[in-house]
Amino acid sequence: MTAAATVPSMMTPAGSVAARMAAVADQVAGPAADDVDVRGRFPSETVAALRAEGLLAALVPAPSGGGGATLAEVSDGLVALGRRCASSAMVVAMHHIQVACLVRHGTSPLLRDYLRELSDHQYLLASATTEVGTGGDVRSSICALEVTDGRFRVEKQAPVISYADDADAVLVTARRTPESPESDQVIVLCRPPDLELEQVGEWNALGFRGTCSTGFVLRASGDTGAVLAEPYADISTRTMLPVAHLLWSSVWLGIATDAVELARRFVQGEARRKPGTTPTASMRLAQTTVLHQQFIDMVHSSLARFEEADADDRLGSIGFAVGMNALKVSASTLVVDIVRECMLICGLAAYRLDSPYSLGRHLRDAMGASLMVNNDRIMANNAQMLLVHRGE
Amino acid sequence: MTADDTIREVLADHGRLAVPVESLSDDTDLFGAGMTSHASVNVMLALEDAFDFEFSEKMLKKSTFETIASIRTAVDQMQAG
Repeated sequence: MTAAATVPSMMTPAGSVAARMAAVADQVAGPAADDVDVRGRFPSETVAALRAEGLLAALVPAPSGGGGATLAEVSDGLVALGRRCASSAMVVAMHHIQVACLVRHGTSPLLRDYLRELSDHQYLLASATTEVGTGGDVRSSICALEVTDGRFRVEKQAPVISYADDADAVLVTARRTPESPESDQVIVLCRPPDLELEQVGEWNALGFRGTCSTGFVLRASGDTGAVLAEPYADISTRTMLPVAHLLWSSVWLGIATDAVELARRFVQGEARRKPGTTPTASMRLAQTTVLHQQFIDMVHSSLARFEEADADDRLGSIGFAVGMNALKVSASTLVVDIVRECMLICGLAAYRLDSPYSLGRHLRDAMGASLMVNNDRIMANNAQMLLVHRGE
Repeated sequence: MTADDTIREVLADHGRLAVPVESLSDDTDLFGAGMTSHASVNVMLALEDAFDFEFSEKMLKKSTFETIASIRTAVDQMQAG
């Protein structure tokens, strides 16, 4: 039985969020994946299908018009999307990370109203956290909000804003005031018509080509109610960083899962051709399945760790932060390890670009995982936190 | 040297503040004054060395290091045992 036959139809609104995301993955994202990759274009059909299903507001609570889904359900849906088109899955993951920040920290009346509007219109959110001149440190900003008469203005040189041209709004980090130090940041919702994006350069990368992660000069203004009240440092610690690591890991798990599935089918094909003899690659498949199981269990247990820390008000603890950073480093390493093993299992059939067992796109996408927020930077953060961690 | 003097000295040496430590009141938000989370770890380590104790796990949170007054409260609690 194929995966497509095991999930409910897209037309079944009663289906779970994860099942409906899986249906979009199989019916829309998968068939478009090669074209998205080859042309490095935005996966517009996938986003349109999710929008039609109301799935872009999956994390918005039901009273605000959203799907009221848990992070675990969205994670499952992202694994399904990641299996079919990692670019689509990464776009959708980045969107849900922004939605989670608004849901959990957007307390102003303006932002509460915006969540309902997002649900009604199924808006897609992008993010502008990095900045030219900060050396990749998202926890410091050069640009600053200038506030006059209840309105803010901001101009940011953003080296990357993924899928900005296709997004309905961008969440932007900036210093709280022009006098604030680099580390005193806020995050603000910027949206048309008061949002102007001037593209700088092109996105022609090894993988995740459909995320269209080009640079922009961003100029925006708006009501100060669009500024999230809490310091960005707290929003980052409590939501953006853990949710990003959980949802990115889900996307990477999807890539690894499809690679293992192809490897298994390849070994089974070999076994059918010569019944009675165990294919040489079957032992490696067994070993790779151990890694894959570790990956699945790590994502699930990390989701539970987040829910527990949230319930116990421990999201700000050092132990939790160290654990969530470890998840990112581990998941981004495992995905490459697993795809590489699967390539050895399938051999030239995986190396070829024109074979049903091709793993070229999987490998190219997987290599990006350790670079998007570089693992060395994350390990340096953990190294410093461990100087004061009590291990409790 | 009083505990407050020691705290201010540690902040001057390790807080990487954007303003002179003398200009801070006891209630100034240190993170607002430019202390990064990296710098706060160094402040924490230097305080442990200066006062010869280990902060308990529950004190290792941002709010403990938010102001000179909040650091003083934590130091007093640790010294009271």
